Amino acid sequence: MSDTSANAVAYVRTETVPASLPPSNAAGPAKWIKENLFAGVGNSILTVLAILAIYLVLSNSMPWILNGIWQAPTLAACREILDGNSGACFAVLSERWHQLLFGFKYPAELYWRPSLAFGLLFVALAPVLFFDLPRKLMIFTGLYPFLAFWLIWGGPIFNPILALVGLIVGYLVFVRLEKSSFALALGGGIVAAVVVWSLSKLIGPDSAILSIGKLDSVQSRDLGGFMLNMMLGVTCVSLSLPLGIALALGRQSSMPLIKYICVIFIEFIRGVPLITLLFVASVMLGYFFPPGSGVDLFIRVVIMITLFSAAYIAEVIRGGLAALPKGQYEAADSLGLDYAQATRLIILPQALKISIPGIVNIAVGLFKDTTLVSVISMFDLVGMIRGPILASTEWNGVYWELFGFAALLFFVVCYGISQYSQWLERRLATDH
Amino acid sequence: MTIITDPPKGSFRLSMLLNDTRYRSLTLQAIAAILLALIIFYLANNVITNLQRLGLNIDFSFLGAPAGYDINQRLIEYTSQSTNLKAAFVGILNTLLVAGLACLMATIFGVLAGVLRLSNNWLVSKLMSFYVEIFRNIPVLIWILIIYGIMTVVMPAPRAFRGEDAEAAMFLGISAFTNRGVYIPGPEFTRIFGEMGILSAGIGWLAAMIVLIGSFFGARTVTQRATRIQEATGVRPSTLVTNLAIWFLPIIGFFIITGLTFEIPELKGFNFKGGIKIGAPLIAIWFALSIYTGAFIAENVRAGIQAVSKGQTEAAAAMGIRPNRIMSLVVLPQALRVIIPPLISQYLNITKNSSLAILVGYADVTATLGGITLNQTGRAIECIVLLMLFYLIISLTISAVVNVYNNSTKLKER
Repeated sequence: MSDTSANAVAYVRTETVPASLPPSNAAGPAKWIKENLFAGVGNSILTVLAILAIYLVLSNSMPWILNGIWQAPTLAACREILDGNSGACFAVLSERWHQLLFGFKYPAELYWRPSLAFGLLFVALAPVLFFDLPRKLMIFTGLYPFLAFWLIWGGPIFNPILALVGLIVGYLVFVRLEKSSFALALGGGIVAAVVVWSLSKLIGPDSAILSIGKLDSVQSRDLGGFMLNMMLGVTCVSLSLPLGIALALGRQSSMPLIKYICVIFIEFIRGVPLITLLFVASVMLGYFFPPGSGVDLFIRVVIMITLFSAAYIAEVIRGGLAALPKGQYEAADSLGLDYAQATRLIILPQALKISIPGIVNIAVGLFKDTTLVSVISMFDLVGMIRGPILASTEWNGVYWELFGFAALLFFVVCYGISQYSQWLERRLATDH
Repeated sequence: MTIITDPPKGSFRLSMLLNDTRYRSLTLQAIAAILLALIIFYLANNVITNLQRLGLNIDFSFLGAPAGYDINQRLIEYTSQSTNLKAAFVGILNTLLVAGLACLMATIFGVLAGVLRLSNNWLVSKLMSFYVEIFRNIPVLIWILIIYGIMTVVMPAPRAFRGEDAEAAMFLGISAFTNRGVYIPGPEFTRIFGEMGILSAGIGWLAAMIVLIGSFFGARTVTQRATRIQEATGVRPSTLVTNLAIWFLPIIGFFIITGLTFEIPELKGFNFKGGIKIGAPLIAIWFALSIYTGAFIAENVRAGIQAVSKGQTEAAAAMGIRPNRIMSLVVLPQALRVIIPPLISQYLNITKNSSLAILVGYADVTATLGGITLNQTGRAIECIVLLMLFYLIISLTISAVVNVYNNSTKLKER
């Protein structure tokens, strides 16, 4: 039976057989649908329910949105145009958009100023948010608060410039003294800044210098709408960040007195709702200032919201500090760095990096919480809707269009911030 | 070999206060103490001067004075002649009521959404991420107002239910959804507890609770016995039927004996009478807090389940454990360790956010003590201090519970 030896094989295939296509239900969209939508009975039921829910929502809302009326003077006129059909009265938005965005008292001819400040905010934020941009842009970021103050509130340009000069002098003194002692430098810087600021007392009320760069001034109580939310959010987050870092370091401190002051402060603020702190701002905080100083409500609210978010940020940063390996502290000590140097050069850069997602969460939460000021009768976006617009005779009863608009604005901002934070987390990840 | 040198025994110099680590922390603390005392003195001095200037003083006696306003939603007896203290107490109970209800429902929403977001079903998991993103990124205040709008604008007025061809019909003939609130059948005990007057319902429900607790212990005994038998013989006796019987038979028997009936709300005059009325403000704040916080809880649940490494599930499957028991015996116990601490802090957030109830006119403690009482008596400092104290006590209690839990579930490392 030598025929069966390898040499005697009659037929040998010399090329590979092309793989046949998978059965049509195991490839392409059919497979995907089968695996992801109809795998098993329970799964199919879920899919059907989900499709049903989506259909119900869309079939009710789409005609309403697409049928929307954008031009009408009043709700009654809008209903007339709709003639009994389902449809939204977006006319309220085209009619009152300026009130929703700027409040109802901000002078209409000055809208360009907050709008410009809003646009420049992105320029100022860009170098903070994106590290690849040239560092020189940070100079503009430093100037921005003073510029924005001047644009929004108006008045002579002298005040913000004086504040800026005070800060610069303070900073220069700080740099000069920093070599000898951090605490001394900090104290010296503060004293220098205060000295510069108090020089303004020398300038009389009708001095010529006050008429340079004078914009029409706007009172704090005339601010409103989404602009107020943005201002409160941006101001309070940026002010509470340094305060939060200080509180977190204080809470980690080995000095019992400082530690317990920080613990009590943080736990107290975290234990009460923001609304009670806003009540404090509106009815009680005035008592804590010297008689007759009359600090305006906007500043009192900024103080309370800043304290509020500082406590939460402090807890997030404390988490970051606790997550650092002990070796980092010991290594800094063994290099002979003192506390200020070690904290500034070794500890904080790493701890802050770990805390970024948490800090962004707090910032988003805080921005959403700025709507609470409507409870103490400040006319922010929600306050404008509940107050002047829904109470007006023209638009009494327009509910969903307005709240939908407010929800959309907040969603865009908050979702944007959280997407940025996720991008940043990926960017900063140094592990593999 | 180490050489121990004593610190130099020089005379004490003033510069050592800052430059010597032995004294520096004391110096800094002394400076901090002096600064703190100065700040407190400054603020207190301002407060006293301001109060004197306005002719005010700190006085808590207003708590004993008649409140002079009515509260619609209340759990205990209260009239406008009751004291401010009692009004505050009604508010506290309302806060706890809405917080409790919202915690319960937020947990249900959150767990459902969190688990479904991990589902293999593409559509469902996308739908759930949509829910989470939408609700997390829009202020809860707007949600409260939207749901309050649905309750008061979309729902029909009670008069729409009147007449032969009414515009609105009662849901299943027993509940009415109106713009003043939802009316649902109210349970009543007609026998035994019925004769006991005003306290009857409370005592009746307390008794029902005791029966349920009894069932709980009964069911636990059965389960423990099953586990013992399983450990001894390797075969687990079926406990499903026994457990169902232990849970349901006693409570059903209790309701039959006490003659539990449901009073169905009826349209009388301009409004519905009878049954239980859940006011529109309560529903708005309850649902808004539940749906909003549910989105956050969903993220916690998802993170907790994903924190259990896949190897655990695979190892359990390799040992031949059935899928649902893998979930209950292997995955859940480990996931709960991660889920529960943030979950409780979400409960704390719900309690604090329930203070927004003031916006829709729900009489919680912020609305009574911090709202109407404050405005009527003008005692701002006293009211706000008491209000903060209440929330502080709740928060500190909850944090203490979290700490106890964390310590009890800490991984025992040897």
